[in-house]
Amino acid sequence: MREVKVVSNAATHKRGFGAVLWDYLTTVDHKKIAHLYLFSGGFFFLMGGIEAMLIRIQLIKPNSEFLSNGLYNEVLTMHGTTMIFLAAMPLIFALMNAAVPLQIGARDVAFPFINSLGFWLFLFGGLILNCSWFLGGAPDAGWTAYAPLSTTSPGHGVDFYVIGLQIAGAGTLIGGINFLVTIVNMRAPGMTYMRMPLFTWSVFITSILILFAFPALTVGLFLLMFERMFGAGFFDASLGGNAIIWEHLFWIFGHPEVYILILPLFGLFSDLFSTFSKKRLFGYTAMVFATMLIAFLGFMVWAHHMFTVGLGPVANSIFAIATMAIAVPTGIKIFNWLATMWGGQITINSAMLWALGFIPTFTLGGMTGVMVASVVADYQYHDSYFVVAHFHYVIVGGTIFGIFAGLHYWWPKMFGRILHEGMGKLTFWTFLIGFHLTFFIQHFLGLMGMPRRYSTYLPNQGLDLGNLISTIGAFFMAFAVIVFVINVFYTAAKGEKAPADPWDGRTLEWATASPPAHYNFKQVPLVRGLDPLWIEKTEGKGKLTPSEPLGDIHMPNASILPFVMSLGLFIAGFGFIYQVDDKGWLAVVFIGMAITLGSMLIRSLKDDLGHHITKEELEREAD
Amino acid sequence: MSHDHSLNPETMPHEPEKATLEGKNKFIGFWFFLGGETVLFASLFGTYLALRNATAGGPSAEELFGLDLVFIMTILLLTSSLTSVYAIYHMKNNDFGKMCLWFIITIILGFGFLGSEIYEFTHYIHNEGFTFTSSAFGSAFYTLVGFHGGHVLFGLCWFIALLLRNAKRGLNLYNAPKFYVVSLYWHFIDVVWVFIFTVVYLMGKVV
Ligand code: HEM
Ligand SMILES: [Cu+2]
Repeated sequence: MREVKVVSNAATHKRGFGAVLWDYLTTVDHKKIAHLYLFSGGFFFLMGGIEAMLIRIQLIKPNSEFLSNGLYNEVLTMHGTTMIFLAAMPLIFALMNAAVPLQIGARDVAFPFINSLGFWLFLFGGLILNCSWFLGGAPDAGWTAYAPLSTTSPGHGVDFYVIGLQIAGAGTLIGGINFLVTIVNMRAPGMTYMRMPLFTWSVFITSILILFAFPALTVGLFLLMFERMFGAGFFDASLGGNAIIWEHLFWIFGHPEVYILILPLFGLFSDLFSTFSKKRLFGYTAMVFATMLIAFLGFMVWAHHMFTVGLGPVANSIFAIATMAIAVPTGIKIFNWLATMWGGQITINSAMLWALGFIPTFTLGGMTGVMVASVVADYQYHDSYFVVAHFHYVIVGGTIFGIFAGLHYWWPKMFGRILHEGMGKLTFWTFLIGFHLTFFIQHFLGLMGMPRRYSTYLPNQGLDLGNLISTIGAFFMAFAVIVFVINVFYTAAKGEKAPADPWDGRTLEWATASPPAHYNFKQVPLVRGLDPLWIEKTEGKGKLTPSEPLGDIHMPNASILPFVMSLGLFIAGFGFIYQVDDKGWLAVVFIGMAITLGSMLIRSLKDDLGHHITKEELEREAD
Repeated sequence: MSHDHSLNPETMPHEPEKATLEGKNKFIGFWFFLGGETVLFASLFGTYLALRNATAGGPSAEELFGLDLVFIMTILLLTSSLTSVYAIYHMKNNDFGKMCLWFIITIILGFGFLGSEIYEFTHYIHNEGFTFTSSAFGSAFYTLVGFHGGHVLFGLCWFIALLLRNAKRGLNLYNAPKFYVVSLYWHFIDVVWVFIFTVVYLMGKVV
């Protein structure tokens, strides 16, 4: 039996490049879509990292002329936009796709086709954004694209921002809906809501945030597009418009967005602490409700980005108090993580190191968060480097640390090999040291008056040394990321083969082979409590009880349509951008839309009923 | 789902739209989608409310709007929602012919609505000189009402595609959820219109 499997694996490995490429272009398998998200998100993370390095090199000394002012604005804008939308979000989607269906004992996601469409929309949106570098200049109005700076920015940079984010955002939205339905409908028998692993829980709540936050961005981007391309006057005071509308719409999306970036990683850390402490998660129920509370409050506080706009003392106070209230459920989480480790049998490996490094780092970011939530003080901090320090402590210290933790944790499940521990630890320590060198000092730079988004500063104002240290720290982080990339290649070539359950895990994903068969579970398991695999292990069985007899498995068919649909929008996007210069470009809009709508029509007219893997085939495969 | 799902009256489940896992996924997924659409329209309404008096010297809501046409449009759309309820009622009774008939009436009413809206817009543009770019109010008005109109058009295309596609094969558990979902979408559009009628037209005339 075992030989049969090895042979078939070797056969898959020997397939030509063309076949593999076609496989990935058409795949609807969430595990392969996870790979796609990982590698494209990783690629954009490197782009955003290079942009960060350019910014930091520019700021290494006063009066530096490494980047021109205009280019600095472009690099700064693209760094923020790329990191948030094209690196952090897709990397989170990579982890979601890799783990959630397995954690709930499902064979698949609810909408495999939509899942792949979501990925291709994100990728083509990101490509549009980055095409701007080669087509006359990138967006330069900051990742927040405040009007009227964005409406009056010359050239096409901001148009690329609008179209690219619109397409990528649509992908995120449908991806979120897919995970919502998957978690509601596809859980294995016995997997009640209160038995779901915390990662799945937080993906569920994050998806609700995506569902309610992204449409506000959609509308904001439409308004900006209409203003720039068709002469509308929403933000144009001479037509009676009001630029603050953009700020409201942007932050009604933007604030929940930062919770979309952090909550899944909170869930992941909960799973990690429990696995590597060999203990049940402390305060499971409290963790679930804290997550819900954070999500709810996350929606109520967007105007804390607008204290200095002049909303008035009443509005400012309400938003300040609501913001500070978020510290309570977040504090509950931190104490529960510590209590989970308390008295546990702790294993410290690369994944766990990232989780341990996260706690103090994020706590610091949370404390400065409460500081900026205080209105009077924010008049001082606003748009200073203090804010830059604060949000990097939470987004990098939370999201990026979490993504690294998740990658080290699930790499064996995703690729069947274990990342090299030595290199993993080297990455962690250099990144951690570099991170605090870079960003801790920025708090003080901000307090001393260094403004955010300025391309230079004058000598001898007390800012020189701090900026030098900050840039040195950035080089440490760049080094860490390079080590990680080497680790990935090394592991692919020579890495240790992973068993099904390399970490002595507790949740269902560790009950499948590494990597799992494309149907995930031969027989859908029966879940008998929280940490289902652990229950079976402690009861001495070590294997899951199946909830059904072995039978045919229904699988979705692969399809090239998601790729083609997204390609159509990509083409149409260029038409929209350039029709301002020449109406002839409208032809391109029509061609692109025809491709997209045509493939939508094909999709709805052609029944796609999927196929079955028969019982006999399953029996032939080894366990 | 390569099994045959054709139905006869005896095997018709009580809720054909939710009888299969695929159907259930569609059903719940679509409700979530409508949740997102609610935020979309809420954002547009918010923008409109902020800008409804920002006429920049151009025509104002009170000068422009005539309630008689809008009233007819409202009747057309509300009735079309009712006829789509009949269609779903017949779907649940497994009467494919009657279902199609009621959907066709829905479509005709929908086109009546859309035609009136196009007439209204051209009237404003050509007779009143009120355009998308004449003021922030103009931009907000055409964006909000136009987004709704775009949804109506999309819904009509969707109805037509579904009816044509399934004309020859009757009702089964594969397409029942699709019919159900499009009718949900249609009700949603109708609810949004009720808000537009109130917030844009009535408030434009009164406040
Ligand atoms: C890890 C290395 C990183 C370094 C060295 C770095 C450095 C910087 C610097 C120097 C700025 C400009 C501050 C200013 O002048 O206003 C900046 C802005 C920003 N960064 Fe980072 N960053 C890093 C990672 C990230 C990550 C991972 C994210 C998000 C996931 C991120 C999100 C942002 C955002 C949103 C801005 C604001 C951009 C804007 O104002 O438009 N950064 N970063
Ligand atoms: Cu915020």
